[in-house]
Amino acid sequence: MWTWFHRLASPPSFFRFADRLAPWVGGLGFVLLAIGWTWGLVYAPPDYQQGDAFRIIYVHVPAAALSLGLYTGMAIAGACALIWRMKLAEVVMLAMAPVGMVLTAVTLLTGMLWGKPMWGAWWVWDARLTAELVLLFLFLGVIVLGDAIEDPRRSARAAAWIAVVGIVNVPIVKFSVNWWNSLHQGATVLSFGKPAITVDMAIPLYICLLATALLAAHAVLRRAQVRLLQREARTQWVKALRAQELGALP
Amino acid sequence: MKSLRGIFRREVDLLRMQVLDAVLPLAFYLLVVMLFAFGTRANDPALAGLSVSILWVGAVLSALLPLPRLFASEFEDGTLEQWCLASTPLVVIVAIKLFAHWCLNGLALAVMAVPLAVLLGLEGAGLGYLALGLMMGTAILTLLGGLSACLLVGIPRAASVLPLLVLPLMAPVVIFGSGAVRAWQLGADPAAPLYFLGSLFALSATALPWACASALRNAYD
Repeated sequence: MWTWFHRLASPPSFFRFADRLAPWVGGLGFVLLAIGWTWGLVYAPPDYQQGDAFRIIYVHVPAAALSLGLYTGMAIAGACALIWRMKLAEVVMLAMAPVGMVLTAVTLLTGMLWGKPMWGAWWVWDARLTAELVLLFLFLGVIVLGDAIEDPRRSARAAAWIAVVGIVNVPIVKFSVNWWNSLHQGATVLSFGKPAITVDMAIPLYICLLATALLAAHAVLRRAQVRLLQREARTQWVKALRAQELGALP
Repeated sequence: MKSLRGIFRREVDLLRMQVLDAVLPLAFYLLVVMLFAFGTRANDPALAGLSVSILWVGAVLSALLPLPRLFASEFEDGTLEQWCLASTPLVVIVAIKLFAHWCLNGLALAVMAVPLAVLLGLEGAGLGYLALGLMMGTAILTLLGGLSACLLVGIPRAASVLPLLVLPLMAPVVIFGSGAVRAWQLGADPAAPLYFLGSLFALSATALPWACASALRNAYD
């Protein structure tokens, strides 16, 4: 029963798996994001305090949740790469880093755009904001280290160490609003018990969350495919694939 | 045990041949603090308010200077390879090496911070909390920087990449370290931030030497 899972760890079968999965994941994510944004930005009721400005949560919250999720995923993939020396885990880890960094940057930028009218400042040096900024630099560190060394495997494992050590920052970001007296509001969506958000606003938010996750997964799959092709360029299966795509080589 | 003392002695002897290497970070520290003071109006009382932050950032930057080349000479002359093959566990060797580096570098910076703090108008027990915090802070920096140096061993770009890897992780250390002195300035108990700093030190001292050893082995396969 688990053989398909084990087979997935081999580069050629992962490549084919990703190739088949990616268009569906990406297409579904695109459609859901269109639905979620239209619902959230046009049809959801305005907030009684913030008016229409609250609608930035349909970008901000999914990006923030995914930035933490991708970092955690990257650290887990990094741990797998270090413990079991899995080639595929290295590739997936390095594929996650740029996607996570972009989502972290989107989180910070949308938060700043919202902060100016609501808090009166683009930026405050507050626990959650600072920890999210540190997350951006951790992603950057993994990206830089992932390509710093000529031997790609050594480079990937070095980056994996930074990803694993940096995981201490993830709970700090998530729980900073509970631990410190932060200006950032507490968790309203992803908290235990009854969510502190009305259903009319919550459903489009959940749709956006799912859509962003699917689009991020699509980007990670495609990036992993490209990395696999670059890394395995000399192997038989890549040559066969190229021959199949471009016709026989002269 | 004898081999451990030997490694420690080797570090001390190497530094004695290159006294300038030990003095340069201290001179750099003085220069950073001096430029901050020049950047403000002469005798600006606001400088005293920022002094803790300046002293902490100055110490972190100065301690960062020698880190990219921490394992460079061992890598170049093949000592590192011998360490990987030695009967003494690599973890122990690396831990001793980092400890020796901290004794000769971090400790000196923590001591150096006291007269600099007096220049910036800090006085009383705050000086003690500053030095105590900096001792733990430079130790954590040595461990984190040691891991980065192990990861980057033999790479020409190490000097520019290492700060990028280490400085984000130093954020909590700087927050709690300067927080201890500020708590004392405000009349609060500085024990809580110092305990937090201590727990960060305990965590990094127990986990990071193993990571360093594994990263060094990574350089050779």
